Amino acid sequence: MSNQSDTTWNLVISPRRSLFDIRFREIWEYRDLLYLFVKRDIVIVYKQTIFGPIWYFVQPLLTMVVYIVVFGNIARIPTDGIPPPVFYLAGIVMWNYFNECFMQNSDVFHKNSALFGKIYFPRIIMPLSKVISGLIQFLIQSALFTAVLIWYLYKGVDLQPGAAIALIPYLVLLMAGLGMGAGLIFSALTAKYRDLKFLVTFGVQLLMYATPVIYPMSIIPEKYKVFIAWNPMAHIIEGFKYAVLGVGEISLNSMLYATAVTVIILAIGIIIFNKTEQTFADTV
Amino acid sequence: MNNTAIKIENLSKEYYLGEVGTGTLSHDLNRWWARVRGKEDPYSRVGAVNDNANNKKPDYIWALKDINLEIQEGDVFGIIGKNGAGKSTLLKIISRITAPTTGSVKAKGRIASLLEVGTGMHPELTGRENIYLNGAILGMKQHEIKSRFDDIVDFSGCNLFVDTPIKRYSTGMRVRLGFAVAAFLDAEILIVDEVLAVGDDEFQKRAMGKMNEITRSGERTLLFVSHNLAAVRRLCKKGILLVDGKIKIHSMMDKVIDEYKGKETAGTNTIINHDLLKYSQINGFEIIDIEISNKNNSTTIHSGDDVVIKIKYHATRKFTSPAFVIQIKDEVEQEIIRLSNMPISGFVIDGLFNNGLITLQIDSLPLVKGRYFVNIGLVHEKVEWYFKLENVIDLFVEGKDVYNSGIELDRTRGLIWVKHQWHHQEKITNAPD
Repeated sequence: MSNQSDTTWNLVISPRRSLFDIRFREIWEYRDLLYLFVKRDIVIVYKQTIFGPIWYFVQPLLTMVVYIVVFGNIARIPTDGIPPPVFYLAGIVMWNYFNECFMQNSDVFHKNSALFGKIYFPRIIMPLSKVISGLIQFLIQSALFTAVLIWYLYKGVDLQPGAAIALIPYLVLLMAGLGMGAGLIFSALTAKYRDLKFLVTFGVQLLMYATPVIYPMSIIPEKYKVFIAWNPMAHIIEGFKYAVLGVGEISLNSMLYATAVTVIILAIGIIIFNKTEQTFADTV
Repeated sequence: MNNTAIKIENLSKEYYLGEVGTGTLSHDLNRWWARVRGKEDPYSRVGAVNDNANNKKPDYIWALKDINLEIQEGDVFGIIGKNGAGKSTLLKIISRITAPTTGSVKAKGRIASLLEVGTGMHPELTGRENIYLNGAILGMKQHEIKSRFDDIVDFSGCNLFVDTPIKRYSTGMRVRLGFAVAAFLDAEILIVDEVLAVGDDEFQKRAMGKMNEITRSGERTLLFVSHNLAAVRRLCKKGILLVDGKIKIHSMMDKVIDEYKGKETAGTNTIINHDLLKYSQINGFEIIDIEISNKNNSTTIHSGDDVVIKIKYHATRKFTSPAFVIQIKDEVEQEIIRLSNMPISGFVIDGLFNNGLITLQIDSLPLVKGRYFVNIGLVHEKVEWYFKLENVIDLFVEGKDVYNSGIELDRTRGLIWVKHQWHHQEKITNAPD
């Protein structure tokens, strides 16, 4: 019996795992849990509310109205000749998804401490479920945006959605990766220092103003453009606007840059998440 | 032939004591730098083990130190020890909730851990949705849950409310639902921690029955941690006693429990835990003092003594038809005697007011030599507890030759003694065939 070889063990628990440890097979094993977490997030929205899923539409529409009044009519920020409603809505819907991925993951440990402290499952399931339930919200809001877009096209407004529409899935993927990665980086910090959550909320709002959501890239003077170009979200949002509205600054270089930053941020986020996950139960 | 299901090698777990977030960044950096240079961890103290009696606490303590253990397939394995001995830490490492500091755990088969009942259930979701969610969290596939769904619902007894959000469930129903899901897991290794401490008596019986059933098949390995020594003794064949993060003894469960009790029974005097009296303070009532003595006013109590328990109380409002309940249990929590003025003894107390004294006299105490625990509680007319002072008397009964045969009875010769006579009649005429 003592010569039982180690290969018969199907589980080995040891102190330190490698930095980039994603066990895809295990995640696949837990796909049902992933599905149920997503379902839970979606179903909860319906429960005990008057409007239920209508809130998915109310939030972007109200935000749009505010932007039209404040940035369009008062500040008179131009919209590249695009009707303000459709211009703002495009930015809002896109930004919402990034925001959702980022915010939901930035305090994933704190919010799930009761669960993580009592039971094991591949922890990465939780961030993934947030990204997917965010995606469903994004799809619903995209439908709203599409309806508005079609209405303007029907009215004969000169909008030029082009072949670049094929790029949209890729842009969404980048946004999901970027939001999740950045969120995970902060998740380790908010696990230890709870007050950082406020900084994160504030920071993501500031980041929105450093991203062409409420203004087009074209109105930014050359000397400031360099700074905004550092922000990968700027390229993703511009790419989206180019695809659906036919305006925006997009180039192969900007796409490559956004892709590279996303990969790096996501990798760092996963490494930090894996590291925190192992010791998290001791610090709560 | 037996196979090893879980193999634990040199397992240690170190915890940092004190505020997390003050100065730890520099500690972390120092440790990291030491590790980079291949030096020893500057903050771990070799040989500084978890010693609760030691006032000078080190910053880092070993919650577990060099645990080596093999558990065979089909074993029902008990883990006992004082609070802080490392039981929960060990379970958390085996359940993969926290990583060990050194050493490893190897296991064969799926591990399902039940450190809490109903983990991850969401109050807004219905019973049905929660069964699926909780099952998936415990590692079940959806089709597995589906095929057992009816059994789970039947076992939980929540058939009528399966489509009701569980926020409308009583606590008891939630516990039953949670346990029901876990009861139908088919992991090869099941880890259970104190879950039976919740829920009412009926639920606990049902849960114990289910655990018995699970283990009787002999195909599953069960690790069981509990303070309920009676339950551990009944369920487990083998086990360990953890003391200060180390295995004190690894043996058959009876032996392990004896070792544990031997350690606990430091004093052999009857002690009244006066600290507990504060829990008797309810709106307008409190127990001021409790005394126990024999007829000669001695607090040293022997088998066969006439024992008097006195309860002094103070009431600022009138309590009608109260019932004092006195339970005497042995060391494994087995209740041996239960007395209450109403309804068991049929002694009506009209009401409690001002200062008063309740006296209970037990003639010729039937307990044999050993250590016992006494609970004293007060129940109101609707048969609910006002309070229950658990283990308020730590009763030590001295042995006595109650039968005048030269033998001092102790627990090896039965739980109680009784007055009795033997007769023998020779040469009876009408013997039955």
